Amino acid sequence: MVTGNSSRHPVARQYEVAANLEQSIDKSVHRSWLTWLTSQQTFWVSMAAVVAVVVLGLASDVFATQQNLFNVTRNFAFVAIIAIGMTAVIISGGIDLSVGAVLVLSGMVVGMQMNAGASIWVAIPLALAASLGVGAFNGLMIAYVGMPAFVVTLGMLSIARSVAMVLSNNRMVYEFGPDQPQLLALGGGFVDLWLPWLGQIQIPSPVLFLLVMLLGAAFFFRWTRWGRYLFAIGGNERAATVTGVPVKLVKVSVYMFCSLCAGMAGILEVGWLGTITTSLGQGMELSVIAAAVIGGANLSGGMGTAFGAVVGAALLEVIRNSLILLGISTFWQGTFVGSFIIIAVLFDRLRARDANE
Amino acid sequence: MAILELTGVSKHFGAIRALSNVSLTLNPGEVVGLMGDNGAGKSTLVKIVAGNYPPSDGTMTMLGRKVAFHKPSDARRAGIEIVYQDLALCDNLTAAENVYLGRELMRGFGPFRILNYAAMFKRAGELFAELKSETRPRDLVRRMSGGQRQAVAIARTRLSDAKIVLMDEPTAAISVRQIAEVLSLVRRLREQAIAVVLISHRMPDVFAVADRIVVMRRGEKVADKAIAKSSPEEVTGLITGAIEAA
Repeated sequence: MVTGNSSRHPVARQYEVAANLEQSIDKSVHRSWLTWLTSQQTFWVSMAAVVAVVVLGLASDVFATQQNLFNVTRNFAFVAIIAIGMTAVIISGGIDLSVGAVLVLSGMVVGMQMNAGASIWVAIPLALAASLGVGAFNGLMIAYVGMPAFVVTLGMLSIARSVAMVLSNNRMVYEFGPDQPQLLALGGGFVDLWLPWLGQIQIPSPVLFLLVMLLGAAFFFRWTRWGRYLFAIGGNERAATVTGVPVKLVKVSVYMFCSLCAGMAGILEVGWLGTITTSLGQGMELSVIAAAVIGGANLSGGMGTAFGAVVGAALLEVIRNSLILLGISTFWQGTFVGSFIIIAVLFDRLRARDANE
Repeated sequence: MAILELTGVSKHFGAIRALSNVSLTLNPGEVVGLMGDNGAGKSTLVKIVAGNYPPSDGTMTMLGRKVAFHKPSDARRAGIEIVYQDLALCDNLTAAENVYLGRELMRGFGPFRILNYAAMFKRAGELFAELKSETRPRDLVRRMSGGQRQAVAIARTRLSDAKIVLMDEPTAAISVRQIAEVLSLVRRLREQAIAVVLISHRMPDVFAVADRIVVMRRGEKVADKAIAKSSPEEVTGLITGAIEAA
C-alpha cells in the first residue's frame, strides 16, 4: 500500500466488492412476489379501479346499488371483450382499427338475417364467419403483402361500416323474426348467482361471456405455442422468423381472433339493445385501444395481458359512470379518459427508465 | 471424415461474381476463423452453407453425402446452426423461452398440449451449466450482458444435435471481459466435437481460439492454413492484398 490513509488492502476490498455483487444478484433473484406484483402495470390499474369504486361507493348513494353495478359491468363487457382481442394484436406488434366497424357489420348480419326470418343458429355463425373473413383479409394484407397494419385496418374500418350500411340500406333494424327472444336473452339476459354474504346477484350474460373469454385468452397467451409466438413476434419479428416460428400464419390468426372478438361483442350488443343502427360502435376502436393500453399493452409490441385489458376497460367505464353519478358534465369524460391513457403510459415510461438504470 | 466439404463453389448475382471456385473442408471439433474485408465473400459463403441461397456452381457434401439446401430450415435439419450477429433474441422473453423459441417443449396428450415450462427451464439451465455460463433460465434477456446473450444464442444451437455452428461476428460489439466469455463458449463447442466457423474482423479473437484460418479476398479463397503456421501480419497482408496468397 502506498497511500497511508487507505485502511484496507486492495485485494480485501476487491473481495468485498465481489461479495456485494453476489448479494445484490441474490437479491434480484429472490425478489419477492410483492416486488413482482408492484412492478406490474396491471396491478396499479387494478388498484386505481378499486380505489375509484370505493370512493364512488362512499360519495354516491347510487353507485353501489345492484342495478347500477349490473349496468356498469354490462356496459364495459363489450369493450372488454374486444380489448382482449386487441391486446393479442398489440402484443404481436400490430394494431386493429377496424374493430368498431366489424362490430356493426357482425351485428348487422345477425340483424338482417333474423329480420328476414332466419334462425338464430344460422344468423350467428354467419355473423361470426363475416367477422373472421374481415380478420383474415386484414391479416393476409398485413402478413403476406406486407402492408402496415395501421393502413390496412384503417381502410377496413371504412369498408366494413359501409358494407353494413349497404346490407341494411342504413335502416334501423328492430324486428328479429321468430328467434327474437333468444337473441334478446343472449345480450340482455342475466344469470342468477347466489354468493355468500352478498346473497343473490344477477350476472349479465355479456359479463359471463367476458369471463369465459378472459380465462380462455389468459390460458392461451401463457400456455400455448400460439401465445408464446405472439410475444416473440412482438419482441423481435426477425428473431421469430429465423428460429422457425410461422410468423405470417400467427399474424393472420391474431387479426382473425381480434375480429372474432369484435363480432361476438356485436352480436351481444344487438341482443342487449334490441335494435341496431349503422352508427353502433362508432369510435369504439379508440376506447378499446385505450383499455388495452391502460391495461399494460405496449404499442411497440411484446407486452400485454388479457386481465389488464379487462381491468383497463373496467376503469374507463367506472370513470364514465362516476362522472354521470357525481353530476359532472359528460363533456369532461374525454378529458378524464385521455388523462388516464397518458398517465398509464407515463407510468410505464418511468418504470422502463428505472429498469434501465 | 470431413463433416462438410465444399468443392468449387461459385455464386453470381447477375454480372457480379460474389464467390468464385471456393473449396473448403470442415472437420469435427475444429474451429475455423473465416476472415476477409467487407465484400470479400465471407457472408455469401456462409449464406450458402446456411441455406439462404443455393450456389450457382459447385457441390456441397456432408459426411461424404451430397447435400443441397433450398431454405435455412433444410440446413438446420442437416445439423447446421447459425448464431446471427444480432443474436436474434427476443428481449421481452426469458432466456429459456429464447433458447426454445420455435421448438418449445410440450406436455399433455393429443390436441390438449400445453407448454412445459418446468422442463424448458430445467434443460436450459443444464445447457448454460454445460457452457459454464452464469446465465439464468428465468431471467429476461433484456436485463442480460452481451456475454450472457451470446450464451443464450449458443445454447440454442445445442438443443439440436448440431454438427456445425456458424458464428457471425460474435465478438463485434461487446466488452473485453465478455469477449473472453464468448471465446470460452466457442471452446466448449469444440470440446463437443462440433465444427465452428467463426466469421470475424477481430484478429486477436480469431488467433485466440481458431485452429485454422481461411482468408477470402474478392470472392476467392487466398489462404487456408493452420493458425500456428500463420501470423496476424501475414493475415493482414492477405486481407488487404499486400500478400497475394499463402
